[in-house]
Formats: sequence, C-alpha cells, structure tokens
Amino acid sequence: MPEIRPVPFRGGGFRPQVRRWVGFVVFVLLIAIAEWGTRTGWISNLTLPRPSDVLATFAELWQSGLLAKHLSPSLSRLAVGAALGVSVGVSVGVLIGLFSYFRAGLVPVVAALFPIPKIALLPLFVIWFGIDEGSKYALIAFGTFTPTVVATYGAVDNVDRTLIRMGQSFGLTWWSIVRKIVLPGAMPGILSGLRISLAIAIILLVAAEMLGAEYGIGAYILEAGSLYDLERLFAGVVILSVLGVLVSSAITMIERRLLHWRG
Amino acid sequence: MGPRQTGGISMELRLKNLSHAYGGTEVLRDITLTIPEGRIVCIVGPSGCGKSTLLRMMGGLEQPDAGEILQVGSPPEGCLNPLTYVFQDFALLPWRSVEGNIALALEDHRLGRQKRQAIVADVLARTGLSDFAGALPRQLSGGMKQRVAIARALAVNPAVMLLDEPLSALDAQTRELLMDDLIGLWTRAPFTSVYVTHNLAEAVRLGHAIVVLSRRPGAIREMVEIAAPLEARDMADPVLAAKQQHLWELMRDEARAADAELADA
Ligand SMILES: Nc1ncnc2c1ncn2[C@@H]1O[C@H](COP(=O)(O)OP(=O)(O)OP(=O)(O)O)[C@@H](O)[C@H]1O
Ligand SMILES: [Mg+2]
Repeated sequence: MPEIRPVPFRGGGFRPQVRRWVGFVVFVLLIAIAEWGTRTGWISNLTLPRPSDVLATFAELWQSGLLAKHLSPSLSRLAVGAALGVSVGVSVGVLIGLFSYFRAGLVPVVAALFPIPKIALLPLFVIWFGIDEGSKYALIAFGTFTPTVVATYGAVDNVDRTLIRMGQSFGLTWWSIVRKIVLPGAMPGILSGLRISLAIAIILLVAAEMLGAEYGIGAYILEAGSLYDLERLFAGVVILSVLGVLVSSAITMIERRLLHWRG
Repeated sequence: MGPRQTGGISMELRLKNLSHAYGGTEVLRDITLTIPEGRIVCIVGPSGCGKSTLLRMMGGLEQPDAGEILQVGSPPEGCLNPLTYVFQDFALLPWRSVEGNIALALEDHRLGRQKRQAIVADVLARTGLSDFAGALPRQLSGGMKQRVAIARALAVNPAVMLLDEPLSALDAQTRELLMDDLIGLWTRAPFTSVYVTHNLAEAVRLGHAIVVLSRRPGAIREMVEIAAPLEARDMADPVLAAKQQHLWELMRDEARAADAELADA
C-alpha cells in the first residue's frame, strides 16, 4: 500500500503585496513600548523622553505658531534643492545613458563626486552661493544629484534594446524614441533612485540648517540638543521621520500611477 | 471599410554581393538575392548563420561591410514605413495598451487624430483584436501579442514586411492559426516579404521561394521555388512534401557540418 499525501506547497513569497496596516501597527507598538518603559521607570528619563511628553511639546510648538515658522523654510529648501538636483540628475543620467562621449566623460566625474561628504563642502558653497538660502539649495541639489545620476543611467542601460530597435525600425524620431521608449522604460529605476535621493535630501537639509540658519527644523533640533531638551529634540526628530514617510508614500503613489502596467 | 488603399504596387529588394563580419568572425559571405515584388521569400539556415543579421541589413538597421542593398520601385500610396519589421519577441511596449502600441507607429506622421484612430480600428479588425484594444501586453497570450505586432506592422501599410522568426516563440496550434492569418492577409492584399524561420514546414507553407543559407559564414546554398499558390497549399501534397524533404536534407548536412566544426574547436 503506497503512502498517499497531498503535494506540499512550496511556492509563494518573493512578491510584495499591499499590507496597509502593518506599518502603522509597528509604529504604534514601538511607541507604546517606549511609553510603558518610561512610565514604569524601566527606561530612565535621561535615555529616552516619554512619548506623551514629546506629543505635548509638539502641541505647544503647533499652538505657538513656531512649527510653521520652522517648517516652511525647511520645506521650501527641500523642494527647491531636491527639484534642482533631481531634474539635473535625471537629464545628465539620460545623456550618459544615451551618448558614449557623455558616458566616457562624466561617469568618472560622478564616481569622484559621489563619495565626497557633501556637508564638508558647505563652507565652499557658502562662498560660492552666499550664506543665505543659496548655499542650502546648492548643498541639497548637489547631494541629490549624484545618486539620481547613477540610478538614471543604470535604468537607461537596462531599457530593452529590442524596443529601441523596434522604434527605429518604424522610423520614429530620436526624440520620440527617448520620450516614448527610453524614459518610460527607465522610469522604474529612476523612481527607486528617487526614493534614495530624497531621503538623502532630508539628511542634508538638516545638516545645512544646523550649520547656519535661524529657522528650520535643523536649527530647532540643534538648539534643543545644545540645551539637552530631549522632548524638543525628539519632537524635531519626529517631524523629520514624518517627512520621510510622507515623501516615501508620495513616491509610492507616483509609482502606482506611472507603473500600473507592471501589474 | 478601408481607410487607405492597400496592396497593388509595392517594392522589390535587391541584395548585391553582401558580406559582413563581426570582429574577426565572418558572418555573411557574398549574398546576391532579389526579393521580387509581392512575393514572400523565406530564409532558412542553421542557427547562427547570419539570418537575423541579413534581415537587419535589409531593414536598414545595420550596415554591411561590403555589398549593397537596393530598393526598387516606389512605396505604395499611403505607405508610412516602407520596410517594416515583425520581431521574434514581439517588441511591444509593456506600458502601452494594444491600441497605444499600434498608434506608436503612426504618431510621428501628421495624420490627425481621426485618421489615426481609423487606421488602428481597421488593423485591429483585420487581425481580430478589436475586443482587446484596451488590454496591456502582459494580459495577452503569446499568440495575441504577435498578432498585435503584426497589426502594428500592417498599420503603416508597408511595402516590404521583414519577419524574423515571428512564430517561433509560439506553440504549434497558435502557429498554425497565425500562419492561416498571414496567408489570409497576403491573399487579400499581397505584400513583399522576407520571412526568416527555423521551421521548414512554415517555409514550405508561406514561401514563394525559399533560400537556404549554409552554416556560418552564411552563403546562399540553394534557392527552392514553390509554384503552388499560397491559399491552395495542402501540406499532404506530395510535391510540397518532397520539397520539404529536400530542404531538410540540405539543412541536415549544414547542421552536421556545423556540429563537427564545434567538436573540432
Ligand atoms: N551585434 C553583434 N556583434 C557581434 N556578433 C554578432 C552580433 N550579432 C550577431 N553576431 C554573431 O553573428 C552570427 C550570426 O548571428 P545571427 O543572429 O544573424 O544568426 P541567426 O542565423 O539569426 O541565428 P539564429 O538562428 O540563432 O537566430 C552569430 O555567430 C552571432 O554570434
Ligand atoms: Mg536570429
């Protein structure tokens, strides 16, 4: 009598699916643990501020109108700097992807620029672009530029060459091929590069504001830090995290719109 | 409804003493061949003998080291792309719908929206795809994808259709159906065509003439003509069977010799 049993299932997985609430639950859980720990004294007040205190500080910040005062310059710096860096980065990346001379000339330059900690160049930017907004825009733009370039030309390299040959075989113009075949084909890679570039932009924003700004989230955090005011420090950090989450979900939304064809 | 006049005049292609090498490897040797107007010429030959290379050259996608390719006659009225390709792997843009993929070939011509839509609707109807106009390529089976690619080629009303193993990614049944479709399209409006294939049955079914290339470097080994009209070909016909057998013997010799060369190297 042979043994009879169902074939064991071993497929599945390796395929991200939408699990909307899991991220939220993880956040709530972490915060709840911190709250419980600080209340019971298991975590000392010097190591971690109580989440509810941070929330109170945050409410105060909101009510006093200081939040808007710090947030709006930060957001405009982020927007201008990242828009500059990303748009120049995508254009240069496409040029490198399409033209051998650009590739030969610029890939080594980008490789040389990438590992430079951009913050180290801030004094230089201050001389070049002025102590005001200019140097901050430049820092953020420069910091987002290099990862965007690398992601973009990699993405262009990965566009299926037979699709480009197809475009040529139908006599499409060069510009049509770039617009209708190369760019959409490179879009998945460009967008995942954008995720990294924008996170870097937030880091650089704070760094620039710490080094010289009256208002801005970075300045706020620096001030709180120098006074050892952990509640305010954490309120600032939370704003940054929220900003990060918002940017990331914005990109997810763009991906869902632009890349729906991937299914 | 025909938005344009199809068929009638098309073009002839003449290849003269074509040779080509990639780096040190000679791929094509002294190919002289005429693709007559309104006929389908099949090209068969062992793997790697340069069939795709030859077809790319006919389509102007690659330049031969030596020799020339001439187009004789002017393309028909309303022809938007005289030399038009159908690729083995379909080459559909995954981000465009069926309709959008066909429209792609038309967008660079100033046709106007209405005319363009009329052409797309016409070729969709001719290839039996009208119900799938809005579908994305990933939602289609292989056979339907290749139908879309054929519809796209028809949309530009080509003078010469260049097909590189268009059916080899498909299963046997779909292949039969698409072959019938191709024959139907050709009988209604004859086009000049070069059809590269590995499959001798396809060649005997679709070719007015069959060119057998030798192993690399590809040279013309023999040219087999088949007189029977396409629409009346019956694969049980002993004449066709004999032609296929003859082709198979030629191919077998070449493939054996190619294998022996590999074993030596
Ligand atoms: N762009 C290229 N650069 C270098 N070598 C190439 C290139 N394209 C093709 N070859 C070589 O040229 C030879 C002929 O290639 P080709 O693709 O034309 O053969 P084929 O007859 O179409 O083969 P298959 O039947 O497998 O499709 C092969 O040996 C291939 O390796
Ligand atoms: Mg080939």
